[in-house]
Amino acid sequence: MKLDRFSLFWSMAGLLGLALLPALNGDARSGLALAASGHGVVLVTLAVLVIAAVPPSRRAISWVELGLAALALLLIGVAGFRPLALSGLGLLPSPAPLNLGAGLAIAAVALVALAAGASARLGAFRNDRFVATCVAVIGALVILFVFWPVSRMLVEAFAGPSGFVSAGELLDRLSAPDIWSLGCLGGGQACGVAVNSLGLGLLVAGLSTVFGLAFALLATRTNVRMPKLFDALAILPIITPPFVVGLALIVLFGRTGIVTATLSDWFGLPRTRWIYGLPGVTIAQVLSQAPLSFIILSGALKALSPTLEEAAQTLRASRLRIFMTVTLPLLAPALLNTFLLAFVESLSDFGNPLVLGGSFEVLSTKIFFAIAGAQHEPARAAILALILLAFTLAAFALQMRLLAGTSFVTVSGKGDSGLPSPLPAAMPAGLWLIAAPWIALTIAVYGVVLIGGFVVDIGRFDLTPTLAHFATGFAVGTGDAGLVWLGSAWNSFWVTVWVAGISAPLTAMVGLLTAYVLARQEFRGRRAFEFMTLLSFAIPGTVIGISYILAFNVAPVEITGTLAILIACFVFRNMPVGVRAGMAALSQIDKSLDEASATLRASTARTLVLVILPLIKPAIVATLIYSFIQAMTAVSAVIFLVTARYNLATAYVVGRVEAGEYSLAIAYCALMIAFMLMVIWAVRLVVGEQNLGRRLGEPQAVSGGPA
Amino acid sequence: MNKHLIGLAIAGALSAHAMPSAQAQQGELVVYCTVQEEWCRPMVQAFEAKTGIKVSMTRKSSGETYAQIKAEAANPRGDVWWGGTGDPHLQAAEENLTEEYRSPMLAQLLPWAVKQAEQSKFRTVGIYAGALGYGVNTKMLAEKKIAEPKCWADLIKAEFKDEVQVADPNSSGTSYTMLATMVQLMGEDKAFDYLKALHKNINQYTKSGAAPARAAATGESMVGIVFQHDAVSQAVAGAPLKVVSPCEGTGYEIGSMSLIKGAKNLANAKIWYDWALTPEAQEIGEKAKAYQVPSNKSAKVPPAAPNLAETKLIDYDFAKYGSSVERTRLLKKWDAEVKTAPKN
Repeated sequence: MKLDRFSLFWSMAGLLGLALLPALNGDARSGLALAASGHGVVLVTLAVLVIAAVPPSRRAISWVELGLAALALLLIGVAGFRPLALSGLGLLPSPAPLNLGAGLAIAAVALVALAAGASARLGAFRNDRFVATCVAVIGALVILFVFWPVSRMLVEAFAGPSGFVSAGELLDRLSAPDIWSLGCLGGGQACGVAVNSLGLGLLVAGLSTVFGLAFALLATRTNVRMPKLFDALAILPIITPPFVVGLALIVLFGRTGIVTATLSDWFGLPRTRWIYGLPGVTIAQVLSQAPLSFIILSGALKALSPTLEEAAQTLRASRLRIFMTVTLPLLAPALLNTFLLAFVESLSDFGNPLVLGGSFEVLSTKIFFAIAGAQHEPARAAILALILLAFTLAAFALQMRLLAGTSFVTVSGKGDSGLPSPLPAAMPAGLWLIAAPWIALTIAVYGVVLIGGFVVDIGRFDLTPTLAHFATGFAVGTGDAGLVWLGSAWNSFWVTVWVAGISAPLTAMVGLLTAYVLARQEFRGRRAFEFMTLLSFAIPGTVIGISYILAFNVAPVEITGTLAILIACFVFRNMPVGVRAGMAALSQIDKSLDEASATLRASTARTLVLVILPLIKPAIVATLIYSFIQAMTAVSAVIFLVTARYNLATAYVVGRVEAGEYSLAIAYCALMIAFMLMVIWAVRLVVGEQNLGRRLGEPQAVSGGPA
Repeated sequence: MNKHLIGLAIAGALSAHAMPSAQAQQGELVVYCTVQEEWCRPMVQAFEAKTGIKVSMTRKSSGETYAQIKAEAANPRGDVWWGGTGDPHLQAAEENLTEEYRSPMLAQLLPWAVKQAEQSKFRTVGIYAGALGYGVNTKMLAEKKIAEPKCWADLIKAEFKDEVQVADPNSSGTSYTMLATMVQLMGEDKAFDYLKALHKNINQYTKSGAAPARAAATGESMVGIVFQHDAVSQAVAGAPLKVVSPCEGTGYEIGSMSLIKGAKNLANAKIWYDWALTPEAQEIGEKAKAYQVPSNKSAKVPPAAPNLAETKLIDYDFAKYGSSVERTRLLKKWDAEVKTAPKN
């Protein structure tokens, strides 16, 4: 009898989990011990895992395996939510709901994989067990960590004092004038909060994409002398906790700001508060979004094979024509992706509108204060969250529609690709015109951040140098056992590093696997799967935070107050970025490469690892960096999830800002920035930059431009 | 085998998610602290030193903590909720999220603190009080040669056009206290006339309640309407800020403390509760640069604290204006009549 590696592996994984780890939360016994003591559900799980190790030599066995795995999963689910039904049957020792521990969780994942494998053998997923397992496991995790918490939240919120609210009232709430008013267009009045969010999102997305493209073109298509500095400068804003940019902008452009004061002294310009509201929030958001656009677009530009451009060149097309008709259209998926990302990020951004919004209201802050403000109106928060969700989903739908049926393949595996066409003659100069002021602004903001930590109070221009802020937060002493972390910020700092360090590779893995399955495999329900994986991105952080508490504070998955909930929150929140980046990169790589690999009898997994992964390295790097940074700088999603034991850096910083201790907040952020720079450098060193076998040509001479 | 490695990693990820959570044990206490961190910390340290009970403290704003306690109600994680403005505490009491407890220390407290307890049927108690007022930037005042404002009425003068900042009452308890104070001080109609007049001088409604103090300290706004102790903190840190207690009288907040219903360490929580009402515990505030007035009769009032005896305090009706019905009504009215009114 030939052993089946797939079944054996998953069966063993599940059994080892049950044998070695505590099966239930709050009970130290292993699954084996529990089964021996007559715990029916664990016993069934154990038995199914043992049976599943039998090689599925015949179709009927696959049916049996599928049925048994589904039955065991059903039992675990029922035991978690409706334990009474099972304790009556003697399958549970007590009517308390089943509380999953590490062992049973691993067993459950193994059961999902086994069920997926069995269904693949029966013809689903084109008989590809790897794809089936990926879809099933990722799908199950997304349902557990995205769908379930959010639906709990919505149900909670729509429930009025006496049951559910009526449809009419729901419509009334949805169409309230303070959400949709267009008053600001006519002047005088304020616009509705949804209108504000929408306008801000479009503005920020447009500007970020333009700036990102300008920087990406300068970095990859001109002989800019300092690409490293360029990278560093571009990466600074995204590794910055959001509050700091806002605070620095106030120090620069506030009514008593440095720039404002100078302009007022020299040119007699009146001191105004223009920075508070739409302009300030826009600047702050573009400052943090444009660099992300830059990273994605320069990755796409680098991955773009120049063959077509070279062909156009051979046909004597002008540089401008090549750029407009070849380069830009090839960039379309990446451009749309960056636009979409920036739009959605702007919608869910919380820190900037909080600090700089003034009387300008957006959905994300409104939702937060509907929950945590003086109103205490979770129902209202749910309404606003629904609207926010609708916007984001509309953006995704639009994007899919626009890109459907278009091929952007430029990496075909058919040999070398040539040299990229130089940019149109006047263009670099124009790009610098856009980029230079932006660089100046970035330097100014970071100058403030850098100085702010070392002086008494930069906001009041008390520039007496001091190290007191760092001493409060980061004092280190020596004790009996070596170094002692005395500062009040160390605890949150180390926890943050841990959480970010664990969640980033997980995010990249889950995200890119999903991207691969979505971009390369055809299976029923692919669109639904795509929608599911992107959904979490559309949900505002505050809603995620509250819904995680509602969902994970009780059995069967009771993980509030642990590191695990923070990691889960980050992985499933940032996963869509990995999916988008991976899909954008994959859309440029010809499927014939996969097919060639398959022809040589490589398995799907082997193709993925040996052929695809090396080709999408830029996307991997981008996702790793992005998710690490997000985990270090996210605010609204985690503010409800942190505890004394597992406090996060951003939660600490928010506390400082609330207490008016801006200098300590700025000092902490400066330290975080330095740390994240080191990490990014290390990631690049380990994973490496991509090198797709292009010829190393002399950089094209470019006329114009100060580079 | 690569596919299996990936699968195992996913399984590992899930198992990390399902690690057992920290279980409360004997000799422990979970405190939700909703004042500033440098006040929370020494409180916890002093309590640990005195009792030997190991405290886990989480610091958040009071609104966030209220939302969290509500979300956790099915399986409470916290034991005692210490600090923060009284409204969310009263709200939690109204919703039966907190535990009734009559501390033996009640007799030592000032009348307003006891009243807070009585109104909530002993589900919360006052631990400090802070009066509403405003901070004025004296440097800007001198530059513009404007006489120092002393009353609420001064703030609607034309010379303060675009110079007054206050939080949005929808998002900030501080600002809601002001709205309710005006209604109690002037009567509802006059109060809304006043707020509409003030609206013309407001440069922005901030999200956070204490932000206007900072704005007035840095000169972003000449006047910031806040709780006086928030303005005092900025002044003590060196800002040119004068703290004004308005001449017509003013409202106040009662910083409160509640026991969380279903607390896992109820006995320890009660030890904290009684201890937090002692003069010894309440005097920690001053060292932490918190300039509120403590609720224990014999606790020393910080010298820098705004003197409540010299402040004309209104008889603030916390029960009425803390109730969700009245609050929702006033906020809706404020939204409709004040916030959306034209500025000119």
